[in-house]
Amino acid sequence: MTSIASRPATAPRPGSQAPAPSGGASALLDGFVVARRNMIKVRRVPELLFGTLISPIMFIVLFRYVFGGAIGGLPPGVSYAEFLIPGIFVQTVVFGATITGSGLAEDMQKGIIDRFRSLPMSRMAVLIGRTTSDLLTNVLVVIIMSVTGLLVGWRINSSFLEAVAGFALLLLFAYAISWVMALVGLLMRSPEAFQQISFLVIFPLTFVGNIFVPSDTLPNVVRIVAEWNPVSTLASSAREFFGNTGGLQPSGSFPVENPVLYTLLWVVILLAVFVPLSTRQFARTTSR
Amino acid sequence: MALNTSDADAAVVARGVVKRYGDVEALAGVDLTVPTGTVLALLGPNGAGKTTMVKVLTTLITPDAGEVRVAGVDVLAEPQEVRRRIGVSGQYAAVDEYLTGFENLDMIGRLYHLGRRRAKERARELLEVFRLTDAADRPSKTYSGGMRRRLDLAGAIVAAPPVLFLDEPTTGLDPRSRLDMWDLLRDLVREGTTLLLTTQYLEEADTLADDIVVIDHGRAIAHGTADQLKSQVGGDRVEVEVADHAQVGAARAVLARAAGGEVGDDGGRRLTVPVAGGATAMVEIVRALDDAGVQLLDVGLRRPTLDDVFLTLTGASS
Repeated sequence: MTSIASRPATAPRPGSQAPAPSGGASALLDGFVVARRNMIKVRRVPELLFGTLISPIMFIVLFRYVFGGAIGGLPPGVSYAEFLIPGIFVQTVVFGATITGSGLAEDMQKGIIDRFRSLPMSRMAVLIGRTTSDLLTNVLVVIIMSVTGLLVGWRINSSFLEAVAGFALLLLFAYAISWVMALVGLLMRSPEAFQQISFLVIFPLTFVGNIFVPSDTLPNVVRIVAEWNPVSTLASSAREFFGNTGGLQPSGSFPVENPVLYTLLWVVILLAVFVPLSTRQFARTTSR
Repeated sequence: MALNTSDADAAVVARGVVKRYGDVEALAGVDLTVPTGTVLALLGPNGAGKTTMVKVLTTLITPDAGEVRVAGVDVLAEPQEVRRRIGVSGQYAAVDEYLTGFENLDMIGRLYHLGRRRAKERARELLEVFRLTDAADRPSKTYSGGMRRRLDLAGAIVAAPPVLFLDEPTTGLDPRSRLDMWDLLRDLVREGTTLLLTTQYLEEADTLADDIVVIDHGRAIAHGTADQLKSQVGGDRVEVEVADHAQVGAARAVLARAAGGEVGDDGGRRLTVPVAGGATAMVEIVRALDDAGVQLLDVGLRRPTLDDVFLTLTGASS
């Protein structure tokens, strides 16, 4: 029979693989391999993506047509569709970022993480690959939602560059949330447990804010929380970038007046804290 | 315990490995050595610490104490170097079920840094050797249990590692697939791979392993070749089944006189007695019983099996 281990044509000599690329390069190259693997799964199980895409469309249609007439306090000249759609973008990309956690929890449950950890690949590759493929999914989600938004009356009233900046900030913030979800997912060990916990975090985060209603309509304490919630400032930033504010310059607390700066600050803090924490957790995690 | 010089050329050396989870000592000071090119079976019941030991040896968990060297490299100091020299396959086939067989192996090759072209070539070659070429482009979700295990094993040897760790490689396989897997493993060992495998199946340890370490409650409670371990629980025994219940007493007297050892029984018509002379002793006993007019239903020479070893050892320590 054919030799298994060492047919000379292609079998690498033991321990003689190309020297591992240095830290950063290896993390990116290996991360790309892992991201590709995740995207193959998205292609093979389109139902997963379907759910991710359908729920924001559902939200857009429900809120636009069911609550649209009843929600007041909007800036003059701004339709509810214009107000709502950037908010739905935020909600959806933040929800989209939770895939990072459930994906890792599932990989751990199935033992794939042990396989990866026994390979001489970069220690960060699985996390980089995971967050990258989830970012790509979010890009797709944003495209679908934009089309849906345009169909129900949302308009971009700003320059092309501003619009691009708006989409970029949405995706950047979602990417930072991905790293938070990575840590939670690694601590959970089962996708179901992760789902429960992430809902408890994500729901208040996206509802105590200005995604669906302007925050100055909220009761005092809730309003303060909503104003300092980075999800709100992201929605405000998006509305600014897409020209959905009716030209009004908001005044009040720091995050209300500087939503873009405040949101970017959060992105930096989240990445600075959760990239190292998730990486450390990955290095010590193992399926039971 | 320090690593001594005679261990220097062994593929796997572990000394005094301890791993605690809270108050539980999953490993309570395990020593083992696997000489290069040999097969060691880590044998033990569920929860004995086999998987934990494999995870320590394969860099997945850090022990609380002890020294470990694999393929000449210190596992604690240079885990990444160890990973380049080992192949690992876990208790649950760690293949990605959404990827095809080819995609799984190609991905692993890329992550071993074989390079894009060589990773593809190696994937095709392994699929052929493991008779998975026809299924190469199907998601591995559609594979049978045996095919999945073969793919998993193929994944472990993508980089032709000199040392291979397999955690219960045949658990849950049907007998045909198990024999199949044994053949593949024998081929790998013949080609020079050092193999450490864990198993609950004594037959598997008996068939594949040069050395066996019996592990229970986180301790190595016995070590040796299959024959050495068998001789620890005693030599051959002759077992007879008397046809007529009334003759059991007479048979017992004949056995005691002919063999000289203590006669055991199962409470029924089945008697056993230890013998020194193997088949010759059995013939003498049958003759003596015949002379005494005892009718037999069945008679046999029984060698101790690894089951006896296992039950004796693990029974004694628990």
